Amino acid sequence: MSRLSWFNTVSLTLGFAFLYIPMVILIVYSFNESKLVTVWAGFSTKWYGELMRNDAFLSAAWVTVKVAVLSSTFATILGTMGAYVLVRGGRFRGRTLFSGMIYAPLVMPEVITGLSLLLLFIGIGIERGVMTIVLAHTTFAMCYVSVVVSSRLVTFDRSLEEAALDLGCSPAEAFRLVTLPIIAPAVISGWLLAFTLSLDDLVIASFTSGPSATTLPIKIFSAVRLGVSPEINALSTIMIGIVTVGVISASLISKQALVRQKRDEQAAARVQ
Amino acid sequence: MRRFFLIAIPYAWLTVLFLVPFAIVFKISLSDYAVSIPPYVPQFDWAEGIMAFIRELDFENFIFLTEDDLYWKAYLSSLKIAVTATFLTLCVGYPIAYGMARAPEEWRPTLMMLVILPFWTSFLIRVYAWMGILSNEGYLNQILLWTGIINEPLTILNTNTAVYIGIVYTYLPFMILPVYSALDRLDGSLIEAAEDLGCSRAQAFWLVTIPLSRPGIIAGCFLVFIPTLGEFVIPSLLGGSGTLMIGKVLWEEFFSNRDWPVASAVAVILLLILVIPIVLFQRNQQKQAEAEQ
Amino acid sequence: MQSSKFAPWDDPDAKPLIRFKNVTKRFGEFTAIDNLTLDIYEREFFALLGPSGCGKTTMMRMLAGFESPTEGVIELAGQDIAPVPPNKRAVNMMFQSYALFPHLSVWDNIAFGLRRDSMPKRDVEDRVEEMLRLVRLEKFAKRKPHQISGGQRQRVALARSLAKAPKLLLLDEPLGALDKKLRQDTQFELMDIQEKTGTTFVIVTHDQEEAMTVASRVAVMDQGQLMQVSTPDRIYETPNSVYVADFIGDVNIIQGRATQDGEETYRIDWAEGQKPLTAKSSNVFSAGQTCHLAIRPEKVAITAERPEDAANAVQGRVHDIAYLGNLSTYHVELSNGTIIKAQTSNTRRISRRTFTWEDTVWLSWTATAGVLLAN
Repeated sequence: MSRLSWFNTVSLTLGFAFLYIPMVILIVYSFNESKLVTVWAGFSTKWYGELMRNDAFLSAAWVTVKVAVLSSTFATILGTMGAYVLVRGGRFRGRTLFSGMIYAPLVMPEVITGLSLLLLFIGIGIERGVMTIVLAHTTFAMCYVSVVVSSRLVTFDRSLEEAALDLGCSPAEAFRLVTLPIIAPAVISGWLLAFTLSLDDLVIASFTSGPSATTLPIKIFSAVRLGVSPEINALSTIMIGIVTVGVISASLISKQALVRQKRDEQAAARVQ
Repeated sequence: MRRFFLIAIPYAWLTVLFLVPFAIVFKISLSDYAVSIPPYVPQFDWAEGIMAFIRELDFENFIFLTEDDLYWKAYLSSLKIAVTATFLTLCVGYPIAYGMARAPEEWRPTLMMLVILPFWTSFLIRVYAWMGILSNEGYLNQILLWTGIINEPLTILNTNTAVYIGIVYTYLPFMILPVYSALDRLDGSLIEAAEDLGCSRAQAFWLVTIPLSRPGIIAGCFLVFIPTLGEFVIPSLLGGSGTLMIGKVLWEEFFSNRDWPVASAVAVILLLILVIPIVLFQRNQQKQAEAEQ
Repeated sequence: MQSSKFAPWDDPDAKPLIRFKNVTKRFGEFTAIDNLTLDIYEREFFALLGPSGCGKTTMMRMLAGFESPTEGVIELAGQDIAPVPPNKRAVNMMFQSYALFPHLSVWDNIAFGLRRDSMPKRDVEDRVEEMLRLVRLEKFAKRKPHQISGGQRQRVALARSLAKAPKLLLLDEPLGALDKKLRQDTQFELMDIQEKTGTTFVIVTHDQEEAMTVASRVAVMDQGQLMQVSTPDRIYETPNSVYVADFIGDVNIIQGRATQDGEETYRIDWAEGQKPLTAKSSNVFSAGQTCHLAIRPEKVAITAERPEDAANAVQGRVHDIAYLGNLSTYHVELSNGTIIKAQTSNTRRISRRTFTWEDTVWLSWTATAGVLLAN
């Protein structure tokens, strides 16, 4: 089917309009002169200026980035280990419990995860702050990383590792020199996923943060509870812009790699 | 030895930061409320031993949940909202997924990216975007008034309708992706075979396409239903005072009333409700994985 | 003194490079290798041949160190190798999938094992160049594995596993992924390289033609046991069982009862109303014992008239003709329904073929043409 029927055209158009119009409106009105967000009063970038002078938002953004970098890095290390255990661990006592603990946080309501972690931190008397948010985010993000990495490991040709051992690598060298470079794309996308999840999280951060640490989503949430504001629109536009650039460039890079690989394979077939 | 550490480190991490916290929630749900910090009286003391714990075990908080109709109404209303919203998401998502699967090959990666892009964008911002659209003086009412369809602005924000719109909007990618991947795998010659054997277009769709995309539909529905049930952000930003959802109740019980034992009991029951769809979902995924092998 | 013929297995003083002593390997309930004893000598090209699941790959993986025997001992040059991990063994393996590292160039793939030995950089370079020359891939050194053809990948895998100059090279279905024409060329190349390097090769294959072509000795395996270990010609000409005869090449099996009829000669009663057959055999059969006469189709002659001097002759009707180009196989149905295959070279054009469907013909063979087997 090379041409779309009118039904499919309509459903795709309406569907993507539904997905994108709210964001487009948000972006357009972030350049609105007026304080009243619903009334257009001419083009202006003043709300971006306001945002840059708002120390509370800036410091929250800094905390958020710090938490996201730390937690996604820890989550990637732990999650990759978890994926390795799931796919290659073989049988060990408590394997079922382990895989349950990897998959459960994916479907757990955030309110429950947040509440339970808060009760833990209070129970063992840790003061809440950046560190507790990092611990909480690492825990739920490592499960996402595990799932991403283990789906790559499942299709990994084991004879590559065996070949490395056969050629004189210790198991650790085989992992470092062969396995890791090959699964690197999955590990990187796991890191990106963990980073975004951490950047995005409101509920768990609200439970586990203390007065000393406020993340951007917490700040945004308390601001938007009071209603729509142009400053938040500007902030949202910046965040949407960053994500868009990231996702599009990532997909372009992977598309280019795919095209190059196809071309190489065709060239190889000709050589034969 | 190396293998031991490899297993032990993530295992220990998850045990301490996932399993133990649940045990604590469960324990506190059986405690009594107290005006103190922490605001509960421990019900379980290792010194007294397990027998004493069982003897004095009281389900007071759970009984309280059944007596105060706020709670069971909240559970029921959460279920109703989650089921309805899941159905609506399916109705919106299926035609989009179908259109994507029928689109020319070279468009598909772009369409995929367009579906995934909102998924990477902040959840909070996507919900927030609707506040400006749905409010009384919002863009939707402005357009409707301008075109003359209505004379009075509609009240949508802070109602359940807004909650439904918010859920459909934010969870749409979760529905589209699994349905699309099921439809994408569907061999086009099956439809042609059905038509060759005398089906009309609509019959072929109903008898072949829908049954073969069922695993994707089921997966998509669970992916929307499960997180929606415990949803907090959407009802608190788009819903009104009349919107009862259990995530919001738990939040308020905890942050506003500071009644930790009741909040914990609410969480335990929410978890019990969720166990059934989660197990069903896992089984569906497993069956699909086996079918693919 | 070096004997003119390479046959260390016939020399009682020769020391084997590899020795399997009563090796058993079980996976749970399943016995993959069943009490197996085998010697493989230095500079041999040894083939493990059998259907999938016969245990040949398990044998190879035990040699490489990826599996360890449940019972028994495997010795390499007189040393028990059980405690040696795969990365410390002087054994290298060429994997069925080639297992080339996709993120490394051809050059780096070949250098991979050498660098693990912390060989000086210059020596690594020299050795890699030497290997590239050996497999004629000098021009492709900079390419990545996905940028070369299947046949070239196979040669990179071979070069990589030979680079460390192992005492023993294991090849797991090395030609399985190549198409037929390329496979035949590569077989000769493999033999050439084996001869040049003097390395002991153990090859696992399910392709009997491949095993017969390349190997100095072939071990036919079935269900974790060795059925016969011998040179290709002996396996073909004098199989020791119906299984081996049937597995290698095409064969007619005629079941009957043996009666001694002179020195090393037996009369075989095999069907009602058919004349008994005569066969010479050094295997001893008691009177009336069930026996199987295995005859290769190319040893059966097909004629229009009854040959005068043939030891065995039967009459039948041409049921089917399989034309293979250089050969034709005639399926001849005897009056009792038995089908016997006879093969002839097509020295003439097909339009001038002597026999066609439904023709009545005579099949004949000598007393030494077949092998008489007990089971």
